Amino acid sequence: MQLARVIGTVVATVKNDSLAGRKLLVVQTVDRNLEASGKPMVAIDSVGAGIGELVFWCRGKEASFPFKREDTPTDCTIVGIVDSEQHVTR
Amino acid sequence: MIIARILGTVVSTQKDERLHGKKLLIVRPINVDGSDTTGYVVAVDTVGAGFHERVLVVAGSSARLAQGMKDVPVDAAIVGVIDTVDVK
Repeated sequence: MQLARVIGTVVATVKNDSLAGRKLLVVQTVDRNLEASGKPMVAIDSVGAGIGELVFWCRGKEASFPFKREDTPTDCTIVGIVDSEQHVTR
Repeated sequence: MIIARILGTVVSTQKDERLHGKKLLIVRPINVDGSDTTGYVVAVDTVGAGFHERVLVVAGSSARLAQGMKDVPVDAAIVGVIDTVDVK
């Protein structure tokens, strides 16, 4: 899992049926100093995150586990919201 | 998932039988601002995307979770056609 900042939203009307109703967000991975690092990715939100929030996300097949029963095709899912930046000890 | 733009198609007659009837497209990953990056991926289309459209591509074993992709030997699937990307 990695820390990331939610920086935007993606709208897609035409999508695979198994993605119906899912919220798509653009996340920018951050390093341990909370500076942007690497390219932004599109992630599915499983926790109700909003723009500007610090979150952590997981990638790979495990990213579909929050929605396991529905078998959601995602390789990048936001699985938690960091309470505040003061809670990130570095 | 990554954002990509459709560059072209791939035609293959001799392929795994579970890929029969699946549309293969060549896509290039792009940045959130729409600018091109390098490289390309061959992805299976699950939504009926067309040439030059911006699409969502899911990679790895999760690609098999898309509807219609169960037990299909793919590691990249197009799962959405992007209307807008709004980055603050």
